[in-house]
Amino acid sequence: MYIIIIGANKIGYNLAKALVAETHEVLLIERNRSKYNILAKEMGEAVFHGDGCEVGCLKYVGASRADLLIAVTGRDEQNLVSCQLAKLLFCVPKTLAVINDPKNEELFKSLGVDLTINITTHISTLIGHRLNIDILIPLLTFKNLEIVQAEIYESSPAVNRQVKDLGLPPNSLLIAAIRNGEAILLKGDSMILVQDTVIAMTTRETESELRKIL
Amino acid sequence: MKAVILGCGRVGSMLANLLSGQKWEVAVVDANPDSFTGLDETFSGHQVSGRITDEEALREAGLDSADLVVVLTSDDIANLMAAQLVRQRFGREKVLVRVRDPIKAGAYRDLGLQTICPSEIELGMILKELGLPSEKK
Repeated sequence: MYIIIIGANKIGYNLAKALVAETHEVLLIERNRSKYNILAKEMGEAVFHGDGCEVGCLKYVGASRADLLIAVTGRDEQNLVSCQLAKLLFCVPKTLAVINDPKNEELFKSLGVDLTINITTHISTLIGHRLNIDILIPLLTFKNLEIVQAEIYESSPAVNRQVKDLGLPPNSLLIAAIRNGEAILLKGDSMILVQDTVIAMTTRETESELRKIL
Repeated sequence: MKAVILGCGRVGSMLANLLSGQKWEVAVVDANPDSFTGLDETFSGHQVSGRITDEEALREAGLDSADLVVVLTSDDIANLMAAQLVRQRFGREKVLVRVRDPIKAGAYRDLGLQTICPSEIELGMILKELGLPSEKK
């Protein structure tokens, strides 16, 4: 496969090396000249100096024959536009964008980016797991409503209790639990168990109260 | 009528002053609060300091009920994302977006965005001044 990666940060660089080792044809595009110079010594022609949001650059690197474009820069705007241009003008069959601000995930999907990786959410969740800290991760916001995700640990006050007994704040609703890889709709008499991933709807005002309960 | 202007540089502040003077309800959003110095003393609208791609900042500016949105920062990429965010998330129909790069302006026009390309406009004015046709032969 011919794979174009936009952004030679730690993710882009390590990904490029891994994909080269898998014998893919890889081109890593970096905008910053000094970063490019350092990498060019190691990676030679697998790294290219240019702006992955510029049509001229994408054309020069032969984006129209790419099988996959991966945008991993630290700016969501750039990742979005690179993926959109690749699809619109070069008919790249698959695009993947790293998302820095978790709120952008749904937007990017609705704007035609094929795959998204929400790195901030992933890392926050991992840290939460390690430290047994309960955090609500925003999945979607609509006006003042939020759909959030919460991991249930042993220390959670909600463990082994029924939804109706939790004393949920007004305007909050537990929608579903993901348990052993299956999604279950939650009703009043449903039990919350350790290791559940709970999807809840809440308002900005009641979010902190909900966090304490879960 | 209500307008939200994203980017309060020269054109953004001029437009904000103009619309405000014509009794529009106007809100401006800019990441740099210093840019608001371009607004007239009589400007009665709402000033929001925040990134134009940040949904919260846009909501604070009242995008939910805007009749017109004009995206005017000097950053094409941010403008393009903001314009799409405004259409997709807030369902606003009348969105004008400045895109300096003519190729991107054309590509996103095909996607249905109303792009305004300063380079195309300048070129058109020069050609008109010279009495030359604006289409390639």
